[in-house]
Amino acid sequence: MTTSAPVLSLSGIGKRFGAVQALSDVSLEVRPGEVVALVGDNGAGKSTLVKIMSGVYTPDEGQIVFDGRPVTIDGPKQAKELGIATVFQDLALADNLDVVANLYLGQEHTAGGLLDEVEMEASSWQLLRQLSAKIPSVRIPIASLSGGQRQTVAIARSLVGAPKVIMLDEPTAALGVAQTAEVLNLVERLRENGLGVVLISHNMADVQAVADRIYVLRLGRNAAEFAIDDVTTEELVAAITGASDNVVAQRAAGKGTRA
Amino acid sequence: MSTTDERTSSTGPAFADRADERLVEDSSPGALLRGFLRRMRSGDLGMVPVIVGLVVIWAVFYAQNPRFLSSRNLVELSLDSATIGMISVGIVLVLLLGEIDLSVGSVSGLGGSILAVLLVYQGWPLLTAILAALACGIAIGVLYGLLYTRFGVPSFVITLAGLLALLGVQLAVLGSNGTVNLPGDSWIIKFANFWFLPDWASYALAVAAGAIYFAGRVVTIRRRRSLNLSAPSILSVAVRAGLLVVGLVAMAYYLNIDRGIGYMPLLWVLVIVLMDQLLRRTTWGRHVYAVGGNEEAARRAGIAVDRVYLSVFALASMFAALGGVLAAGRLQSVAQSSGGTDTNLMAIAAAVIGGVSLFGGRGSAFAALLGMLVLQSITSGLNLIGVAAEIRYIVTGAVLLLAVTIDSLSRRARKSSGRF
Ligand SMILES: Nc1ncnc2c1ncn2[C@@H]1O[C@H](COP(=O)(O)OP(=O)(O)OP(=O)(O)O)[C@@H](O)[C@H]1O
Ligand SMILES: [Mg+2]
Repeated sequence: MTTSAPVLSLSGIGKRFGAVQALSDVSLEVRPGEVVALVGDNGAGKSTLVKIMSGVYTPDEGQIVFDGRPVTIDGPKQAKELGIATVFQDLALADNLDVVANLYLGQEHTAGGLLDEVEMEASSWQLLRQLSAKIPSVRIPIASLSGGQRQTVAIARSLVGAPKVIMLDEPTAALGVAQTAEVLNLVERLRENGLGVVLISHNMADVQAVADRIYVLRLGRNAAEFAIDDVTTEELVAAITGASDNVVAQRAAGKGTRA
Repeated sequence: MSTTDERTSSTGPAFADRADERLVEDSSPGALLRGFLRRMRSGDLGMVPVIVGLVVIWAVFYAQNPRFLSSRNLVELSLDSATIGMISVGIVLVLLLGEIDLSVGSVSGLGGSILAVLLVYQGWPLLTAILAALACGIAIGVLYGLLYTRFGVPSFVITLAGLLALLGVQLAVLGSNGTVNLPGDSWIIKFANFWFLPDWASYALAVAAGAIYFAGRVVTIRRRRSLNLSAPSILSVAVRAGLLVVGLVAMAYYLNIDRGIGYMPLLWVLVIVLMDQLLRRTTWGRHVYAVGGNEEAARRAGIAVDRVYLSVFALASMFAALGGVLAAGRLQSVAQSSGGTDTNLMAIAAAVIGGVSLFGGRGSAFAALLGMLVLQSITSGLNLIGVAAEIRYIVTGAVLLLAVTIDSLSRRARKSSGRF
């Protein structure tokens, strides 16, 4: 897996907002069939980096290489066309529309000028089956779905148009235990389907459950990069906070726990 | 647990959309009724309240005076509903976006005035004058849309300003005379008062409607089957189409006892059917619902949100102008008071009573039809039993309040049962 070429790689990325240097000299690589976790404290620059990859911000400096070609991403639409999909934290679904309508919102299939509902419904099932998603019916409004099911729909929607990289900004933040597990299963399913996944999370258990590699950002810089097999929670926390004798590590050591 | 397993194993090769074992597949009448009641309780009311309301209103007035349901009165009802009902079609669109247009009355008055002045004083051909009135409506709507999308002024304020300003424009257009009578031989008067479908044409239309419905459904069923999706049986669709034809023929027969189906009400219904198709079956309609439901989601999905607003405001004002043109034809004249008094509120109330949510994203074009029939039935019934105008306003106000309350309650029910 680690031998295949990265589908998306960023190097030397810098981004400045007025007096705040939000990112400096940040690098990141995602390979096909790999889950990369992006962790860091509040304000570390995770969301800014994701927004650069999804075309919301343009970087001040640095290079983006997608599929072996250097690219500039000029907007969300262009990112999507390249094959970079983003699931934003607030999901952005229309509650009053049904699952099919949400999946194809803004990219409706038509036949003879009219919506091709039958075709969209059939491909919705195909898409959801591919994710082994547990949605009882695609003709019920989004409002009547559970949090995990909504997250599933949002992820499925990002897959319409066959992207190569998918970015999930805190996909489990608002979910219960069972639904979190469902979404994590989904992330693994994406990896099995050969996508590169960038996962942002503050939950170390989630990250350690699904990620192959972990990037730690601290104060807008690459603080550390770990392969999942040779990192402990303590090391991770130390890298995030930038000290080995911080409150979190002390608490963990004092209790003798290793989550 | 074991029962679930049995059920899934016994279903055999399932349709793609029937694979989930949690789907209760039970199409007995009792189950259909229970499903219906469950939807009601969860706040998914749709047009049920307005249909119930219409039936109750008709029953009450019929009990008071049987002439209320006479063919003559119903034909009159259809003619009286069509003018403001046409305005209401535009209100439905605006409400679907969660916006409001308070100026439709003024726009309709202005539309009628432009028609009358161009026709009578300027000697324009009737059709050109009508097109000019509609174009003026579209221009007003585009202006609203630009003000809304460029400067973010709330539609409530924009159209409130429009209500006043356009009333002024209407007075200016009409000039010192105040009232303009349309030439008695112009076809818009005949269209709005005297032209009715011949009996055979009304029956042919009823049969054609059923046939088109049936053909459309069969095409869909074939496609669903070919893509391994569950589909209703052809028989059930044939039964529905048959019922539709029987219902329409019966209605046509009853109206034909008197004058029959007027051209103007027919145009109104055809416009509503067309808007319903546009809303439900085109990308544009899908985007209207999406923007009304969650504007930010629509924007991030790449929908040109501004263009949706522009098109809807333009259509709403165009329908208002069209309503004014029809009203001019129906009343055979245009005055300073045209489009005034209760035109605005009736048009808005009709859409709300018809079940369009004030919160956006929910409702159907048919709300304009049913809501307007409710309002006009109240007016006509109260006139028939000799109740004064003040009572009519009070009753209409109460019905509107009831409709808005139902909307708010069902929204609350949807919220509380939203995540089951
Ligand atoms: N649009 C902006 N304008 C000005 N400063 C910004 C902007 N966006 C981000 N920043 C700054 O950049 C830094 C990184 O922010 P970012 O949102 O990327 O953090 P984060 O790692 O996503 O944090 P969190 O975990 O809280 O979501 C912060 O100091 C923030 O104040
Ligand atoms: Mg963030």
